[in-house]
Amino acid sequence: MNRPLAHYCHLMISERMPKLMIWCYDNRRTVLPFITLAVMLLIWELTARYSGWSPHVFPSPSKVVYSMGELIANGALLRHSIASLFRVTVGFYLAVIFAIPLGIFLGRMEIFNLMLNPLIQFLRPISPLAWIPLAVLWFGIGDKPAVFLIFLSCFFPSCGGHGDSGSCHLIRFFFQVAANFKFNHWETITKIILPAIMPNVLTALRLTMGIGWLVVVAAEMLAVRSGLGYLILDSRNALRMDYVMVGMMMIGLLGIVLDELMRRLVHLHPSLQRPY
Amino acid sequence: MGHILIQDVCKSYKNRRLERRGPHDLYQPNEMMHVLDHISLEFLEGEMVCLLGPSGCGKSTLLRIIAGFDTPASGEVTIDGEKVRGPSPHHIFVFQHSGLLPWMTVWQNVELGVRNVGDVRARGEIIQENIDMVDLTGFEQHYPYQLSGGMQRRAELARALAANPDVLIMDEPFNGLDFLSHMKIREEIVNMHELLRKTTLVVTHDIDDALLMGDRVVVMSGRPAQVTLNRQLDFPHPRDPKKNTVLGDARDELFLMLGVSYAI
Repeated sequence: MNRPLAHYCHLMISERMPKLMIWCYDNRRTVLPFITLAVMLLIWELTARYSGWSPHVFPSPSKVVYSMGELIANGALLRHSIASLFRVTVGFYLAVIFAIPLGIFLGRMEIFNLMLNPLIQFLRPISPLAWIPLAVLWFGIGDKPAVFLIFLSCFFPSCGGHGDSGSCHLIRFFFQVAANFKFNHWETITKIILPAIMPNVLTALRLTMGIGWLVVVAAEMLAVRSGLGYLILDSRNALRMDYVMVGMMMIGLLGIVLDELMRRLVHLHPSLQRPY
Repeated sequence: MGHILIQDVCKSYKNRRLERRGPHDLYQPNEMMHVLDHISLEFLEGEMVCLLGPSGCGKSTLLRIIAGFDTPASGEVTIDGEKVRGPSPHHIFVFQHSGLLPWMTVWQNVELGVRNVGDVRARGEIIQENIDMVDLTGFEQHYPYQLSGGMQRRAELARALAANPDVLIMDEPFNGLDFLSHMKIREEIVNMHELLRKTTLVVTHDIDDALLMGDRVVVMSGRPAQVTLNRQLDFPHPRDPKKNTVLGDARDELFLMLGVSYAI
């Protein structure tokens, strides 16, 4: 009988209530996050104003929004965002192009899996950031070392995720169906393996994209002169904490957008929405 | 077409568990576990054969060997005089749980069965015909997860029939179905068999299923499996063991063989 209040919420909504409340209830998925946002901003603003910290150390949200306006107006924010997105995209695609076929190959060929899996497991926990000295030494300055780091950070999660799936129990009977209807090797790959691992791949890609977006900021703190990471580093050197926060907010916002885009990949084909 | 001869088939697996659990465990690590012990059977063309036996006795293993998914340790299985060398569209296996490919619609799944038909129009006709036969008209573009368990089973039956196999091999086709779907699909399989007269092998643990469906009932003993009964049931369909006393006697006998002395 001790049901949470939420179970009775629909009973409390009645015709006699104000229109606005009903509207808020109907759109609660949008409204509630904005309430949280408003409360957070309010707390932040009050802390910034009355805590006695210098605005140079702890800028208020109004100051940050104003600075954001500045950076948007002079085009810097757009330029840095595009630079970061470009690097993440290139590194991500490179990693995916190599990692997914490798994952499928390892899943199918047990010998190679046994040979290469220890190597992958050994390299995987090494943070991409540990590669920074080597990356700069090998690839010089510019986009290349940053793209290399993102490639590294994206490679292992997207190849390990389904490396084992080729031989997993679920898929074994799919192979039996394929054998029963005389699929050749190519058909087995395109009609059985790829669609079977697709939901896992999409999840892996979503995680991978998130990791790549995390790493790009660090990667841009070396040897490049553009990107959101560079914006943050450069602003710190100029002691402009408001610009630092603008950079952080932009990273967060673009992160949400990227994640949402990856999440919506499921809607590309109805068979991807199958429950597993 | 569809005459199956099983000659002296043996199959054993090596025990996988690495150690015995306690001193009274009869298990021997690395010992060979004999699953099938010199099985010899002959199934005639167009027969509906029901394989009965206690769980884990090797019925499914035998079925998988006939389907070509597994190879016997010794002996051989021949279909129409040809040795089974692997899975083939001539003997289609219907899986215990739905064997439909979940990323394909019902139509695409049934299409797998007619891959060797070149002409697109003819292919479409066969697919539609089979989907209509199992009463799934209107669900062609549905995905398996959008269908109920019984409908999934029927779609798989349509796929198997579309391939026009010589032998249909069903591993517990009623597993996990509710009572009514069970009855309906049993009826459908019997009707299908009456109509098409394909050699059909059904593994089941339900004695009534075997009695109501089978032209031949084969009972296997526990591991290692040996054939303890191989009996032809020459009764017309529909059957009812409550009304037909000979069938009722056969039912009691089967229950006794499987260790149940008083069955309702």
